[in-house]
Amino acid sequence: MPGVILFAILALVAILSAIGMLTSTNAVHAALFLVINLACIAVFFLGLSAPFLAMVQVTVYAGAIMVLFLFVIMLLGAERVPLSSRLRWQAPLAIALVLALLAVTLLVAFSPQVQGNLVNPRPVPPEAQGFGSPQAVGETLFARYLLPFQMVGLLLLVAMIGVVVLTKDERKPTGHISENAQASDRAA
Amino acid sequence: MNLPTLESINLAASLPVLILAGWACLLTAIDLFISPERKHWTAWLAVLGLLASGVALGFEAVAYSQRGAVSAFGDMAVVDGFALFLQGVFLLSAFLGILLALNYLPRHNIERGEYYTLLLFTTSGMMLMAMAADLIVVFLALELLSLPLYVLSGFAHPRLDSEEAAMKYFLLGAFASGFLVYGIALTYGGAGTTLLSGVVEALVGGGPAPNPVLAIVGMGLILVGLGFKVAAVPFHMWTPDVYQGAPTPVTAFMSVGAKAGGFAALLRVFLIAFPATGDTWGVVIAIIAALTMILGNVVAISQSNVKRMLAYSSIAHAGYVLVAVAAARYPEVEPLAVSAAVFYLLTYAVTNLGAFAIVIALERDDGTGVEVEDFAGLAKTRPWLAIAMTLFMLSLTGIPPSAGMVGKFFVFQAAVQASVGDPLILTVTIIGVLTSVISAFYYLRIPVMMYFRDGEGQANVQPALGVALALTALATFLLGVVPAPFLQMARHALLTLAG
Repeated sequence: MPGVILFAILALVAILSAIGMLTSTNAVHAALFLVINLACIAVFFLGLSAPFLAMVQVTVYAGAIMVLFLFVIMLLGAERVPLSSRLRWQAPLAIALVLALLAVTLLVAFSPQVQGNLVNPRPVPPEAQGFGSPQAVGETLFARYLLPFQMVGLLLLVAMIGVVVLTKDERKPTGHISENAQASDRAA
Repeated sequence: MNLPTLESINLAASLPVLILAGWACLLTAIDLFISPERKHWTAWLAVLGLLASGVALGFEAVAYSQRGAVSAFGDMAVVDGFALFLQGVFLLSAFLGILLALNYLPRHNIERGEYYTLLLFTTSGMMLMAMAADLIVVFLALELLSLPLYVLSGFAHPRLDSEEAAMKYFLLGAFASGFLVYGIALTYGGAGTTLLSGVVEALVGGGPAPNPVLAIVGMGLILVGLGFKVAAVPFHMWTPDVYQGAPTPVTAFMSVGAKAGGFAALLRVFLIAFPATGDTWGVVIAIIAALTMILGNVVAISQSNVKRMLAYSSIAHAGYVLVAVAAARYPEVEPLAVSAAVFYLLTYAVTNLGAFAIVIALERDDGTGVEVEDFAGLAKTRPWLAIAMTLFMLSLTGIPPSAGMVGKFFVFQAAVQASVGDPLILTVTIIGVLTSVISAFYYLRIPVMMYFRDGEGQANVQPALGVALALTALATFLLGVVPAPFLQMARHALLTLAG
């Protein structure tokens, strides 16, 4: 029972924070609402016995990506979002789609198969035990998928080098920086 | 979960690519300490890495001749004759690519050390592509091959056509990658695994949860993604603009390396993972091959810019290799067709790199001088250059004594063997021969220009370029006159499921 109560409270917080994110006109507030929402989802993962996924959710999504979001919002000074949106058709369409999704979800949830599984839960297959634990994820990533993992590393390095090559002009190393500075002085 | 052992990872088997990728990472750091006036040091260090990788490849080839194919990194990669042969082609192309760039970059004031490191990265991507035994590795290798090429195409920024080339190549390439990933996802959904050996088991039957329809749709999308890489019609739209806009040494390397890399994946994925659906893809690839040969050769006729003409010629040559791919679906023809395809890729590599070397020699510092008219009178001013260019053009057409003739001969031989009882392949083969005749019209226009028209015929052959030219001309000639030892090697370029 305490599990259900915890779930109910968290679900309420998650839904309210999602609505808050959609309706707030200040971009910083919206981003903070999203943090709450992502944190709630992390706890859901914990409840589904996926502790590693929960921690990744906190560090990557609620942590790193949200810091990036806030940083960009503040850097661009885009806190204030204009109230009247040009995409007027968007809200009714979104509501219609949400209702459709809700209908499908309810249909699945109350289908005889799912209800039957709720009454007589099937045993957890052996390969699913420990699935999603840090050990299992680590073993899969560094043992079975060792080569793809290393290749992704190379790929990210290449992407970084590429960005530097395409954006940083190094052709005239002497006096180039001062020229640039003068140009920007004149522009200012 | 069985943890990998040193034996199952088998670092020794994948040593050539490990050396190259590791050296590329190191060179990125070393390059920071090399002053901008001495960037040719980076180039020579990159050549050193290619040499080391080549030596390792040599040892690996000797080991292969004794013990056969082996798996590496668990079952993610396989080192067989096919992988080793193509890895040799990639290393050779990268070496020639560096020689072509060595004088070109400073002349055009776009020399940066990253050029050479990115070249090593894309080469290691190609080498991984040749040994990929899992669809995830195929995808990542394709990206590792493509990303540096996108950057290299834009290396002459802020020159507008170079930026345009990079942008076009990147956007369309990313789009094609999307098709490939979606295809891989559907194949995974249909077969329950991304391992090529697992996919074939699932499709033949007896696998865990075979869903052939999903896998066939996935196969089609994979064909789209790889068809883009090899510039097959109708996924060729990017080729002329990218080839024309990118710096010429990049175009030279790209036309050879990216194409061979794409075919490496195409041959392995379709022959290893999807032999059960050969009736389906055999027909599709045969039709694509016919369209590619017709469009490439016919449109090339009307081009006056040599870089653009070579772009359409590269589309046409993709068609000839596709004929071999289509023929390879018959198990009894497969060994011959696969070795014909890889041998064709080798002949195309040396010939096309040589042709582009001549274009680089003629190109002026402002990027002009690459029209067909600029070849006028070259025979009087630079007779050796004219002879070499004539040889390359003969080879691209497929006229003896040149590599291209032998390459085409073996492709058509395989196709004729496969055409017994398959009128479609016979038709495609006839189209291939006819379009080769058409191609003579635009290839031989250049020798005619050089020998029978008067003009200034200016060219600027700097030392490294001269070495590259001599090597490619010699290779084109030798492959055409004494092809036996190389064919012998290509005969061993067999695809294996796993070691």
